[in-house]
Amino acid sequence: MGRKLLIHNDNIPNIHTLEVYRAHGGYASVEKALKTMQPDQITDEVKKSGLRGRGGAGFPTGMKWSFLAKPEGVPRYLVCNADESEPGTFKDRYLMEKIPHALIEGMITSSYALGAKQSYIYIRGEYFYVARILETAIAEAYAAGWLGKNILGTDYSLDLSVQVGGGAYICGEETALLESLEGKRGNPRIKPPFPAVAGLWGCPTVVNNVETIAAVVPIVNMGGEEYAKIGIGKSTGTKLISASGHINKPGVYEIELGVPVEEFIYSEEYCGGIRNGKKLKAVVAGGSSVPILPTELILKTAKGEPRLMTYESLADGGFQTGTMLGSGGFIVMDEDTSIVKNLFTFSRFYHHESCGQCSPCREGTGWIEKILKKFLNGTANESDVDLLWDIQSKIEGKTICPLGEAAAWPVAAAIRHFKHEFIEIAQKKKFVDISHYNRLNQIIA
Amino acid sequence: MGSQVHGAQKFDNAKRAELVFSEQAMKTAQTIISRYPEGKQKSALLPILHLAQAEFGGWLSPETMDYVASILNIKPVEVFEVASFYTMYNLKPVGKCVLEVCQTSSCWLNGAEDIVKYIEKKLNIKVGETTKDGMFTLKVAECLGSCGTAPMLQCGASYHENLTYEKVDAILETYKNEGRLRSYTDLDYKNTL
Repeated sequence: MGRKLLIHNDNIPNIHTLEVYRAHGGYASVEKALKTMQPDQITDEVKKSGLRGRGGAGFPTGMKWSFLAKPEGVPRYLVCNADESEPGTFKDRYLMEKIPHALIEGMITSSYALGAKQSYIYIRGEYFYVARILETAIAEAYAAGWLGKNILGTDYSLDLSVQVGGGAYICGEETALLESLEGKRGNPRIKPPFPAVAGLWGCPTVVNNVETIAAVVPIVNMGGEEYAKIGIGKSTGTKLISASGHINKPGVYEIELGVPVEEFIYSEEYCGGIRNGKKLKAVVAGGSSVPILPTELILKTAKGEPRLMTYESLADGGFQTGTMLGSGGFIVMDEDTSIVKNLFTFSRFYHHESCGQCSPCREGTGWIEKILKKFLNGTANESDVDLLWDIQSKIEGKTICPLGEAAAWPVAAAIRHFKHEFIEIAQKKKFVDISHYNRLNQIIA
Repeated sequence: MGSQVHGAQKFDNAKRAELVFSEQAMKTAQTIISRYPEGKQKSALLPILHLAQAEFGGWLSPETMDYVASILNIKPVEVFEVASFYTMYNLKPVGKCVLEVCQTSSCWLNGAEDIVKYIEKKLNIKVGETTKDGMFTLKVAECLGSCGTAPMLQCGASYHENLTYEKVDAILETYKNEGRLRSYTDLDYKNTL
């Protein structure tokens, strides 16, 4: 079993309370940071650790922190992106629900490193009950002096609160998140300027994913160099993977980056293989936005090397034969799955979630959903496959924010690797969804 | 987005005059507003809209939105443009219990469509409709972050996961017996089913 740094304590009773969390080493990183380290030293440790943004983009965190502008007299903000809405992803919810203090501790240490005196956790509105859990934990932290004025008797003061959203995937995009935090529609901003220069209320801001901030705790505790010893190449440390779909053991797994994909899918330690004795057909490895891959390409690269759970290995071959680690939303599909219908659920999702600012995305996602509906009711033509390809190519790279790409890439990947399915439906003028069973195998008439 | 934009509705001044937050709700609203720097109280809009929706029957009428604008000292249109953008705000009346069944990828892979069809049959309504007794509204939702425990539905603050037909029966029964408005801000969020 690999090392765990984030959710190793998830099974301890009452680990969501401050008392139990502290008894198991919690808040040690705050003591170490505030009493023995300068803010810049913490940023150095994060740089040395090789930590990359765990929300999906994988941008080096230390580098993002170092971009933060520090003009005199202007407040700086740290905002935690808890908007988790990428289909297939549920690891942030797990962490916040089970061990809320892990996020709070990370927020304190990170805010100190960045010179932020007011920080926010922006959580998706649907996670309202998780927001309550966080608020209870924050109240505990205030009462015990981990938040508020002069923490641990130092000069450093911090206020932290939870902000709920209203239901919008687009608010996971950092600038749309800031718009929402300012009380507006979640329309992404044009970058530059980046949030590090002009973010929340025009002030220098860092926006980081829940897991990224939680990872700062072990990094400060063990040191960046030690953290970087885990993993392979530029994929250092551990990652929370949300495994779902047709596997025997869906759930959140913390893995050392570098575990072979085949082991992750079939080993009893992780997903436990495909249920009902079925065969694997396809995997979406990092949330709906990343290219779907068929069995032969998810288990091995095009060169024939075993595929590993790392940023580099999953991206080997570019989009021709590879995919991305992304958010780690690992969706497994068995042999009965209709790739066309799965793509339809993704496309319906992106159309619903488009903010509407950019014409290629607003209109294009709508057309893609409409054309895929034709496949589902058996009225599509073979030329519709080319039309889908054309539309997605005209969205990609032509929008203010990456939701355009996120909507386009799944279409391209499905056609690239499973074109025969589309053609067959078009030729037969018929679509039959045979995957009519739920987890408990209740066949529906 | 914005599929709930309503046509021109008559603004009811009498109704508007009646709208007042309870003492508890006003206290909560003030606490929320205090989290932001001076002059940035508009940031409280999304949380306060949830509060207002829960206080005033589970939906946001034009009068309610006008009331929220007055609390935050912003223009009514600023409230409307936000309320019409985000999925969780209801701009039309809904039943006491809004059942939102997730329909994206992993939930679909695990039988979400069948759960939807089952509820449609059981309640004799279609997606988007409300039962005649005003008890239930059925909706479909996009990924709710519960993929590992699919299929699932959300009602108010509660997540109901690993759904089977039996579980759906139990949920409907319990909610019917409770007979109350279930809102996202419910503190009683523990899912006991």
